[in-house]
Amino acid sequence: MNRLVPPRALFVGLSLLCLLAVWLSLALGPVSLPLLDTLRAGLRLIGVPIQAQGLEQAELILGQIRLPRTLLGLVVGAVLAISGVAMQGLFRNPLADPGLVGVSSGAALGAAVAIVGGNWLGGVPEVFAPYLLSIFAFLGGLGVTALVYRLGRRDGQTSVATMLLAGIALTALAASVVGLFTYLADDATLRTLTFWNLGSLNGASYPRLWPLLLVAVVVTWWLPRRAEALNALLLGESEARHLGIEVETLKRELVFCTALGVGAAVAAAGLIGFVGLVVPHMVRLLSGPDHRVLLPASLLAGASLLLFADLIARLALAPAELPIGIVTAFIGAPFFLFLLLRGRA
Amino acid sequence: MLRVENLQVVRGQTRVLDGITLGIEPGQVLGVLGPNGAGKSTLLAALCGELPAHHGRVLLDERALGDWSGNERAQRLAVLPQTSSLGFAFRVEEVVAMGRLPHRTGQVRDQAIVVEALEAADAGHLVGRSYLALSGGERQRVHLARVLAQLWPGGDGCTLLLDEPTSMLDPLHQHTTLQAVRAFADRGAAVLVILHDLNLAARYCDRILLLERGCPHALDTPEQVLRPEALRAVFGLEVLVQPHPERGHPLIIAR
Repeated sequence: MNRLVPPRALFVGLSLLCLLAVWLSLALGPVSLPLLDTLRAGLRLIGVPIQAQGLEQAELILGQIRLPRTLLGLVVGAVLAISGVAMQGLFRNPLADPGLVGVSSGAALGAAVAIVGGNWLGGVPEVFAPYLLSIFAFLGGLGVTALVYRLGRRDGQTSVATMLLAGIALTALAASVVGLFTYLADDATLRTLTFWNLGSLNGASYPRLWPLLLVAVVVTWWLPRRAEALNALLLGESEARHLGIEVETLKRELVFCTALGVGAAVAAAGLIGFVGLVVPHMVRLLSGPDHRVLLPASLLAGASLLLFADLIARLALAPAELPIGIVTAFIGAPFFLFLLLRGRA
Repeated sequence: MLRVENLQVVRGQTRVLDGITLGIEPGQVLGVLGPNGAGKSTLLAALCGELPAHHGRVLLDERALGDWSGNERAQRLAVLPQTSSLGFAFRVEEVVAMGRLPHRTGQVRDQAIVVEALEAADAGHLVGRSYLALSGGERQRVHLARVLAQLWPGGDGCTLLLDEPTSMLDPLHQHTTLQAVRAFADRGAAVLVILHDLNLAARYCDRILLLERGCPHALDTPEQVLRPEALRAVFGLEVLVQPHPERGHPLIIAR
């Protein structure tokens, strides 16, 4: 058995990694800023009084473009990772993904309705367009997840196995409807739809950030409170009940937090795969399965990973930009295979 | 104390348990014996509230089981299922420490209890190892330690329900495990244990409930229950029963 990293060292390491990711994410891009200038401009932005000489441009780029984008990346990565932990706990399976309860496919459906439907209605006023997309994606994710949860319930009990299968069925159904919209869409709409499905932090702006931030605060505050209950749930549902856990309440909270968190993340940044699956897996190798460590550590790791992935997306083909979903899947899928093969050896 | 009167459990159209009247007395070990499918695990599930009773109420300390909050109930009623599906690499002491979840006794006290419970289940040497690296029997002992830790130090007012705690153990550990259970009962806890081995039941139980197709065939001391006629009627097994040469309890030998 491999040695685990002590929690304190892990938190310090991941926090430093996260800070580094933030710093690089602020500094690098089409216009790369000197690292030191970035630091000084960043400190000025959060209100530290520093000589402003020669920092005007850096401050402008940071404040208007890089900072909202970096914050969006941080929050989306953190929420996806922590939701992944919640789902792997709920399904008591380290291979579970937040998408299993239908939230991602529901969001994709909502987005397709908004993009293609908006186009049919003769276009939505420019001001509302991005919000409409986000709202529809969020509601789509929440709606499909609620349906999956409802289908899994019988006689006041939620069957996780039924939920899993219902999630697969509804994901397929949602995909077919998205496919139909894709078929019906014209070229310009098709492009929007395709790019949205690949995910991007490109559309970052403060007005988009605040609702997500609010949701993220709720989710990241709530889930760690349930860390011990999640540990007990891994023993089995009846074992958890015998330990005094209100299992039905716990399951409802886990599904709700995931739907809320992933729904908001997808609404803000499109579909970004593999973060929710790979990050908890990776962190578990370092921290062990105890959710009291795993949840906060995954939060930091997910935030860092997404920022690094966004850096690659921004820099790989600069000045053009790759959709971030391509990057996370390109890194995530081989890594996942590596984990599988390593486990078999 | 856990008590049921005239318990009936229905699954679909069939009565899987009927006419069970039972009290699990403090300080005693009550064994449950019966052929496969006789309703032993169903009885245990009904006693801990996992299965609803169709008729008859389950009372914990004279209060309906469903009226207890999860936490309060878990402080006085612990259940060891037949198998566990834990698939994550917790360390042994972390698994046992989960038994302390219903309590707020503090980390220092909990750690001491975990060590004591592990020793009681003869699993102290497994500390530090990953649960997934253990054998089936070792896992079973770790879970026994977990439910012991849940009620530790035991005493009056604690009830322990065990479903075949020795099914995967070697002969020595079958005895050490039941000795630990016996010692736990001697400190005042009420214990119900489902067993398959008639001789283990004869040696460690104060009373035995013999189940036959969901109905009680007998509920009495081992000497009264473990008779050739009863065992033939319930198990279809021809046996000789002789007193144990050193201990005097019934010794059951298949003919």
